[in-house]
Amino acid sequence: MSEINNKNTSGIEKDKFFAPENEKRTVTAPDGQIIEIDPLNDYFCGDAPRVHKPHKNKLFESFLNWARAESIWVLGFGTGCGSIELYPLLTPRFDAYRFGIQMAPTPRQSSLMIISGYLSVKTLKRVVRSYEQMQNPKFVMGLGSCTINGGMYWDSYNTINRLDYYLPVDTYIAGCMPRPEALLAGFNHLKKAIKEGKGEGANKYAENFEWYKANQKKIIKDWNMPDYNW
Amino acid sequence: MGVFTKIPYVLLGLFILINYGLLVTGIFRRISARIGKRIGMPVYQPWINLVKLYAKRSSVYHGIMFYLGPVFRLGGGVGIFLFMPLIFGSEYFSNFSFAGDLILIMYFMFFGMLGMALGAGEGGHPYSAIGISRGLAQFTAIELPLTFAIIAIAIQYQTLSLTEIVAAQQGGITHWVLFTNPFATAAGMLSFLGAMGASPFNVVRAPQEIPIGPPVEFNSGFLAVLRTNAALLHIVEAILWMNLFFGGATNWIELFIKSFCVYFFALFVGTVFPRFRVDQSIRWYLKVPLILGILAILYIKFI
Amino acid sequence: MKELLQRLEYRFDVSDIVQKRENQTFLTIDKKHTISLITHLRDIENFSHFVLLTAVDWIEDNLFQLTYILHNPEVNIDIAIRTMISRDNPEMDSAHHLWEQVATYQRELKEMFGINFPGSPGVNDSFILEGWDDIPPYRRDFDTKKYTEETYFPRPGRQTNDPAEYMKNKLYPNG
Repeated sequence: MSEINNKNTSGIEKDKFFAPENEKRTVTAPDGQIIEIDPLNDYFCGDAPRVHKPHKNKLFESFLNWARAESIWVLGFGTGCGSIELYPLLTPRFDAYRFGIQMAPTPRQSSLMIISGYLSVKTLKRVVRSYEQMQNPKFVMGLGSCTINGGMYWDSYNTINRLDYYLPVDTYIAGCMPRPEALLAGFNHLKKAIKEGKGEGANKYAENFEWYKANQKKIIKDWNMPDYNW
Repeated sequence: MGVFTKIPYVLLGLFILINYGLLVTGIFRRISARIGKRIGMPVYQPWINLVKLYAKRSSVYHGIMFYLGPVFRLGGGVGIFLFMPLIFGSEYFSNFSFAGDLILIMYFMFFGMLGMALGAGEGGHPYSAIGISRGLAQFTAIELPLTFAIIAIAIQYQTLSLTEIVAAQQGGITHWVLFTNPFATAAGMLSFLGAMGASPFNVVRAPQEIPIGPPVEFNSGFLAVLRTNAALLHIVEAILWMNLFFGGATNWIELFIKSFCVYFFALFVGTVFPRFRVDQSIRWYLKVPLILGILAILYIKFI
Repeated sequence: MKELLQRLEYRFDVSDIVQKRENQTFLTIDKKHTISLITHLRDIENFSHFVLLTAVDWIEDNLFQLTYILHNPEVNIDIAIRTMISRDNPEMDSAHHLWEQVATYQRELKEMFGINFPGSPGVNDSFILEGWDDIPPYRRDFDTKKYTEETYFPRPGRQTNDPAEYMKNKLYPNG
């Protein structure tokens, strides 16, 4: 047993990007017991995501899809310059509330993640964490050329080129930057796709989980979080 | 009428009030959008949101108290509803009102907050802990003037039964507490603003502050239960205030009109005044409304 | 400005004095005396505002150039101090004891150019590139395009035009 433990800890020490607060340690509990804590395994669930099949009844499912399409809660997470294009949507001029689009403050409660503009590797790590905390029918919208092919940052050492290698993207909106009108058109496109039952990004992510993880881990080199952030 | 034959009518009243609450929430959003020169979301948006939230395929939970938090919160809302007479004089819609129901309702108003605090605390998110401490502190300050107003009414009519308080206010508009004890009404309506969580006192649940406060970890179905409760709780509180200060209602039409007016008092104050910080709102509640509440008791005692 | 420069020339071995604007002067000093010049400017000449610290990679001369820009808010004068350090052993004295924010600039330079500032707080922590294991990306021998093509799955079919040529052809198609 101790041999295995030693092997594990020595393997962890070799990893130079492993954060020191995530190391295994012994802690004295308030009542005096000495317990061992492995933060990465004890604080998080290590399971991979599961595929949640749509409802068998087609009519019922299409009703649910209609509700999902008409009530899109956008995670307020601006990754790049495009986040400034989102705020005019909430002003009297464009008023996205008319289409059932609201901003949600936390990933737990939101259903759409907008990757607004260039995505640096440091931000990608946070984006992956936030995306995985969202609940199952969840959608991703890539805003601007940077998410499609890298845009003007295509040869940068620190920004990704293609978003669909890291997250399952439902809609792209081209432009640098797209106007709010283009965003509204993109929202309508997304709604149409959801109503047709094509908004199964979360299931796609779960099915191809290993491929997505391999791509993410290729560029996020200091991977010091669990594989799936529940 | 026996207790068991009453149950279907209570459930019917609950169903009507939840839907009425959602409708009022939709109108609320629509009017505040109009004040901001927007068109605003459709009136039926709250129903769609609920369907969407209940239809989420996955959800994350953090333990047994996390399950019970929204249940307790809903229990608070339903509890107020259960022990409050909706229609005065109607045998079917007076629910389980009894001699001391006002005390029980006061308890239920705090019960939901406490249950929520336990559930959100187990979520483990630091923002929910901050939100809870803010919410409980503010709600304690909000309840003080309300309690004084209720004590004044209880002294005035020598009863703690809502049915009897409503009965004493029948017979013309001048019999309402609004005219017999204006100080109690003022204190009560000011604490209504806080109890509704509308704009000047909504820092606890404001999305722009610490993200959305106590419910930050609640997702899918949990959030849907909270949303259902919010719709029910707000309209039930409006009806409670209507019973206390504005003579209750003798039929459904009167109930809808009166509770609508009480509800929209909070909206119109909320759209005009910006948000208070928690320390500001506590200080404010311990000044003007509290003095009004004390005046209400003195007014009944000596005049 | 002139008097200030005369005073500095009297005390320090400064060279290459270039006045870029009316109130902005660049000057060069050797590595050993840089920090004492900055301290002198801050404490005696009242240059209380530290504007920035940046680096330039002179790969042909095998040198890094460090530029410290200081500002005197009372008379509105900028002074930029250039110093050359060797590329083989990129190390410089830290100036974090003069202004706290210098530590952040030094942390960035350590990450982007690999210039070390011993003793600067948190200089080895990652700044933007979390877990970078290649040569520092702002060095000119780092091939950004090659790195991108190997790492970030470039989308095929992308065309690149030289902006000058492209606009010339578009605006004057007949030459």
